[in-house]
Amino acid sequence: MISEKEVRHVALLARLGLASEEIKKMEKDISSILDYIEKLKEVDISKVILDEAGVGSQNVMREDNPVPAPKERVKKLVELMPEQKNGYLKVKQVF
Amino acid sequence: MELQGITIEGAHKGLKDKDFSAVELTQAYLARIKEQDKKVHAFLSLNGEAALSQAAGIDKELSAGRDISVLAGIPMAVKDNILVEGTKTTAASKILENYVAPYDATCITRLKDQGIIILGKTNLDEFAMGSSTENSAFGPTRNPNDLERVPGGSSGGSAAAVKGDLCAFALGSDTGGSIRQPASFCGVVGLKPTYGAVSRYGLIAFASSLDQIGPITRNIQDCRIVFDIIRGKDSKDSTSFEPGSLNSSKGKTVKDLVIGVPKEYFIKGTDQKVIDLVEKAIERYQKGGAAVKEISLPHTEYALPCYYIIAPSEASANLARFDGIKYGLSRREEAVDLLDVYLKSRGEGFGPEVRRRIMLGTYALSSGYYEAYYVRSKKIKKLIEQDFNKVFKEVDVIMSPVCPTTAFKLGERVEDPLQMYLSDVFTVSVNLAGLPAISFPCGEIEGLPVGLQIIGKHWEENKILKVAEAFEKGVI
Repeated sequence: MISEKEVRHVALLARLGLASEEIKKMEKDISSILDYIEKLKEVDISKVILDEAGVGSQNVMREDNPVPAPKERVKKLVELMPEQKNGYLKVKQVF
Repeated sequence: MELQGITIEGAHKGLKDKDFSAVELTQAYLARIKEQDKKVHAFLSLNGEAALSQAAGIDKELSAGRDISVLAGIPMAVKDNILVEGTKTTAASKILENYVAPYDATCITRLKDQGIIILGKTNLDEFAMGSSTENSAFGPTRNPNDLERVPGGSSGGSAAAVKGDLCAFALGSDTGGSIRQPASFCGVVGLKPTYGAVSRYGLIAFASSLDQIGPITRNIQDCRIVFDIIRGKDSKDSTSFEPGSLNSSKGKTVKDLVIGVPKEYFIKGTDQKVIDLVEKAIERYQKGGAAVKEISLPHTEYALPCYYIIAPSEASANLARFDGIKYGLSRREEAVDLLDVYLKSRGEGFGPEVRRRIMLGTYALSSGYYEAYYVRSKKIKKLIEQDFNKVFKEVDVIMSPVCPTTAFKLGERVEDPLQMYLSDVFTVSVNLAGLPAISFPCGEIEGLPVGLQIIGKHWEENKILKVAEAFEKGVI
């Protein structure tokens, strides 16, 4: 179960602007999914250790060498920005 | 020009024998899409002009008498969560409605190097979240076998395009069954490779520890051809991997194959006719000399709830990048401050199912719940992996249904998210364990296709392809 207050809090954490009628629907939907997920509590996980490497998995490191993108690509990325000035991303003021 | 049932090899032969040119082949597909796709809606956007000029390039090679690769001049479709430079790539979301990909995904670069023709981008559930393609922000895709029914999802557009002869083959992505389930519903072949076999660079991330790109094709041989090109290590994806020759020789022919049949996959709630068809298919292998063994994967019933913590958790982090600031839909003009830009852009840009999963994932990762949900699920994922590892000591492959039902009707499950999730009950474990699995047609119920799922050991794609091919070619 999840309360309406929690739904509002989580929506803010997730940076999702939800209309009031949607908060109600979300409360119902998330609660029924969480009820279903309760099932996971039946499983004995006391012997499972997570940090042991899985099948063939290992840390993959590389040298920290920046590879500049071609000018054409940079231009395309700048074009995708909703607002830019002199090739720099423009952001609304924070406060 | 007759396009029905054309395979990659068939089209290649036609091109080499000069039965048709690459331009003619491409034109024929574009014309068929124009005529058929009003009904099916497999495509979100077309790439006609670029496709025809690529095709003209291949024709030049051919008329100069040069040898071409088997994929050169073959028209394909790409799921719209995979980046193709210069094309709109929307992930079927309003938030990316006008996003033009600035680069190619690695799998696309590799296919382009072979001379592939990209016809267009196919429909999906928004950000690949769904099992019916009804969650697309741009309208659902319909199943070419029955237009009243869904094609499955999330790669429903790609599967429908292959089934409807709107392309020679397509690419999809599979996070919990999104290649295999639509392949089963549409009656085509779909391969979900081992986690790491295909680079995810340029795939719009949903759940990074589960996502894999794979081929959707008309037959097994085509699947093999495409997989061999797109797989392999990529410096741009640190989880990609190139195994040495890991396909053990044991079980390479049907006669010395040991097939595991998990009892947890033949349960109440599954359509009895689906079970009958799958059992009949397994019987064919048995008659062909294979040994069939009942096995148990005891944590199967926890796979789906486990998936519905891990996938939304990762999605909530991955989708944080869609912020109305860097690219995509932005409501900055109506917003009072930065927080308001986020709230408005994301609130309006994401559809209901995506919002639901972001909420669920954010909740599961939030302080006080992280251990109880996310860490617990990661541990259960491990138990599911161990179930498979244990069983694979005794069997070469595992066979099961792909989905409990055939394709359901549009609108039938949209109101109840849980009901929709149950469609993935036989496919999610494979993603959680990182294994390869294939779905291919093993029969029909009242005109609706049913897929057989073959699950292999890590990196044993070649084996499951070979085993599936024995059925397809009627060798067994």
